[in-house]
Parts: sequence; structure tokens; C-alpha cells
Amino acid sequence: MNKPITCIICPKGCQITVNAETSPWITEGNACARGAAYAIQETADPRRTLTATVAILGAAIPRCPVVTSAPIPKGELLSTMDKLNHLTIHAPVNAGDVLVENFAGEGIHLVATRTLENTHAA
Amino acid sequence: MTDPKIVIIGGGSAGLACALALYQKGISDVVILEKEDELGGILNQCIHTGFGLTRFKQEYTGPHYAQRFIDDIMPYHPDIRLGATVLELHPDKTLIYSDRTGCHTLHPQIVVLALGARERTRGNIGIPGDRSIGVWTAGSAQRYLNIDGYLVGRKVFILGSGDIGLIMARRMTLSGATVVGVAELLPYSNGLTRNLVQCLDDFNIPLHLSTTITAIHGKPRVNAITLCTVDANRRPIPETAQRVEVDTVLLSIGLLPDQVLGEQAGLLMDPRTRGPVVDDHLMTSVDGIYACGNALHIHDLVDWVSLEGEKVAQAIAESLQSEAKATRIPITAKGKLAYILPQSVHDGASHLTLNYRVTQPMEKAVIRLVGDGEVVLTLPKTRLHPSEMQRIEIPHALLSKIHYNWSVELSDE
Repeated sequence: MNKPITCIICPKGCQITVNAETSPWITEGNACARGAAYAIQETADPRRTLTATVAILGAAIPRCPVVTSAPIPKGELLSTMDKLNHLTIHAPVNAGDVLVENFAGEGIHLVATRTLENTHAA
Repeated sequence: MTDPKIVIIGGGSAGLACALALYQKGISDVVILEKEDELGGILNQCIHTGFGLTRFKQEYTGPHYAQRFIDDIMPYHPDIRLGATVLELHPDKTLIYSDRTGCHTLHPQIVVLALGARERTRGNIGIPGDRSIGVWTAGSAQRYLNIDGYLVGRKVFILGSGDIGLIMARRMTLSGATVVGVAELLPYSNGLTRNLVQCLDDFNIPLHLSTTITAIHGKPRVNAITLCTVDANRRPIPETAQRVEVDTVLLSIGLLPDQVLGEQAGLLMDPRTRGPVVDDHLMTSVDGIYACGNALHIHDLVDWVSLEGEKVAQAIAESLQSEAKATRIPITAKGKLAYILPQSVHDGASHLTLNYRVTQPMEKAVIRLVGDGEVVLTLPKTRLHPSEMQRIEIPHALLSKIHYNWSVELSDE
């Protein structure tokens, strides 16, 4: 039996345990089916959308906010941050632009979330 | 320079939505004054996702949400003055602002306060101890990190479990800092469950409920805090005091509507919302001065902020068409309501949305609307929390019957 998962689907916040010994897995403590699906996803493959900033040259500010185009495995958040820390991009960028294709693998891109003009251009 | 008819103070989520809606209605005699060098306001530093689910059915980051409005407004060639700080606002709507070229005076007919909020600081709650370097509001630390690229500390303790504090706990952890813990004075958290899980649990950051900081130590930089459990009356229990070594303290202890200009202009203020008293058009006690967004009352969803900006635009459009003024019916909050907004409604209004917050978490509750002395609507509610703003739409059929007073009452049965 795994440790209880706090459900985030609604404000009720059920404490759900997932029994992964059985087949199919059995959930306990959830008040609804959406909670069961969430708890099973959290147990099998927990994922998070990562937001952060990367260094940008040529813009009015030194950091450009970015997001992964899909949730990435929870265990890869810190290593993905490490990759971001070694990345520098150049203005201009538009909100929604793909900055690095397949950045986190599995076809998950790195996307800019702010439009930053090139302020150094003549 | 000719005087504009309308001045919007603030180019953040409320001001942008208001301006865009005015342009869309064909009203273009508008100036937007923004103190920063960019539009977008506080959204620019809120780089996490979760914005726009209600409005765009899509989860944006803060900057991207703002960009949607900026992109829509630019084709109208708006008169936006950046780096413009309003220094004075008078009851006759004369306003003085400064920018890089000097001081300027405007005499608009209509002023929209879309100024946003200020964070409560150490001074607001009076934490004893040394006046150390390294004590920040969560929002300032967020700005330094997300806009300027500076991490304000390495070993951090966060006071207050509001969402900004939780978001910063995750953000600073991902940026290489160690967040030692989060303390909340109240016996319950003020943050969304989602943030408790994804910002604290994911990184094994402990949340200490009924706990506060009773002293900050260190000169010149913070080197420790004293942490204390509090009793049911929120008084620290001295025997529980423990020293925790940190180099940084973040305060996430609430927001207050930015009142400075409103007070100068002599607006009537509501001690409950800490913002101006408004009618259902979101007009303040001074004719022609409107307020929306966090300058009016503190929101938890930007989608509602944008809606308020648009509501002000609609009210302005109507006021430019007809001068007719109906009497206003007062609305009062009773029972366990922290506040109700607006505080009055025009007699004969066609629709009304009431916003409210509760004073304490409630599993089950009942809202009663009393009009002219009689209960006209009873609404059962479940799971109300002080950190979640609630809304009630009042049906037109009810509105048209009441002419003297409204009260809204919340009780636990």
C-alpha cells in the first residue's frame, strides 16, 4: 500500500490510497470516479507542467518566462531546471513560440510565455 | 496637450480589460497611465500556469494571459503612457502624474482606479527582533526572481500559507534554494489544495499550522528565526519556541487594495474590503471615479478581475449615453460574511452580481437574501473557505421588487 494521495480535483481534498498489488488497482478514500483516476495517474506516472525563466539577450529584461508544452515526469523537474540554467535565448520572442523542440523528450517542447521585443536593434 | 475624457490608472489585468472593452465599444478618448515600463502589471511576474481557465478555457501563465489583452488592444492605437506614476488625485478628478519628461496635469471627466494591491509587510504585523536584511514580501522576491533573475536567498522560511507564498516555495526550490518550512498562524491553510500538493508536498516542505514567527535574528543579514506554536486565541506559547536557522524570510501574509489615491480623492472606504465603497456600476462615492480589480477588493482569480474591468467599461458607456440617475439601495453584510460587494445597487437595475467572502471555513452554510425586510432567497452552500471569493447572481425578477434595502446574511444552518 502506497502513502495516501491528496486529491486536487476539487476543494474537498480526499485522502486516497491506491492498492497497486491488485489488478486492476483499487482506490480507497475517494468520493468520486475522477478522484480515483487522479490517484491512479499520480501513482503510475506523476507529472507536472514546469514553468521557469531562461536567460534572454537583447530584450528589456534579462529573463524570459517559459513553460513545458505538456506535463513532464515529476522526477525530472530538477534535472530539467538544470538544462534550463544552461540555455540562453535571443530577442525577439513571441508568447507561444517554441524555443527548443523536444526539450524534455517525448515530443515535449519548451515554449516562451511572454512577448519580448529586441530593444537593442538599431 | 488636450485633456482625455477618461483616464485609467493602471495597465494591469483590470486596466487592460477596461481599456480594451472601451475601445471595442467605440470609446477611444482614453489614456492609460502605467507606472512600470511595460503593460501587464503583476501578471508579468506570475510565471506559473493557472490563469484564464474560466475566460479562455485554457491554462495560461500570467505573462501570456496579459499578452492576450495587449495583442487585442494594440490595433486600436491606444494612448498608453508608461513609466507614469500618479502622484495626486483630487475629488474633482484633476490628477497629476510624473514620468521621465516631468510632471503633467490632466482634467478627465472619468477616472478608473485599476491600481491593484499592495502586500502586507513586516510592519503591518509587527514581528519583533532585529531589523535584518533578508526579510522580503513574497511578491518582491517573486519579482526579483522572475523578472530580474535574482534569487533573494538560499535557506528560506515562509510566513503565511497564501498561494503566493506556496508558489514561491516551489519556485525558489526549483531555483536552487532550500525552503525549510511554511508557517500559518491560523489552524487551516489559506492556499488551494492544488498548491499545497504541488508546491509543498512535492518537495517535502513542511507546513506548520497554528504557528508563527515571534522573532527575527541576525545583523546585518537574517541568520535565524524563532518559531512558536500559538493557542486558540492566536497567542504564542513560549514553551514551544524553537530557533530555526535561515538566511531569508518571505512574508505571504495578505494583500490590501492600493488606497492611497482613493483616499486623496476623498472616496468613502469599506473597512471590510479595505477598498472603496461602490455601487453596482462599480462607481465609488465620488461621481465619475470607478474602481475595479484588486484596487477594489482582493481577488483570487484573474478572470474575475478582467470581468470587473469590463463591467466598468460598460458602466462608463451607459453613463456617456444618459445622465439619468436612479436612487441606490444599500446592501449590507450580516452574520459570518467577511464582506459583500457592491455595497449598493441602483433601483431598477437589470442585473446584479454579488461578491462575498466568509470569515471562517464552513462545511455547510446558508445564505439568506433579505429584501425590504423579507427573506426573498435562500441558498444552501457547502465548503466555503475564506480564501475563495464567492459570487451570487441575483435574478432580475427579484431585483425589480426591492426598493429600500438589501441585506445578505450567512449562517451555519
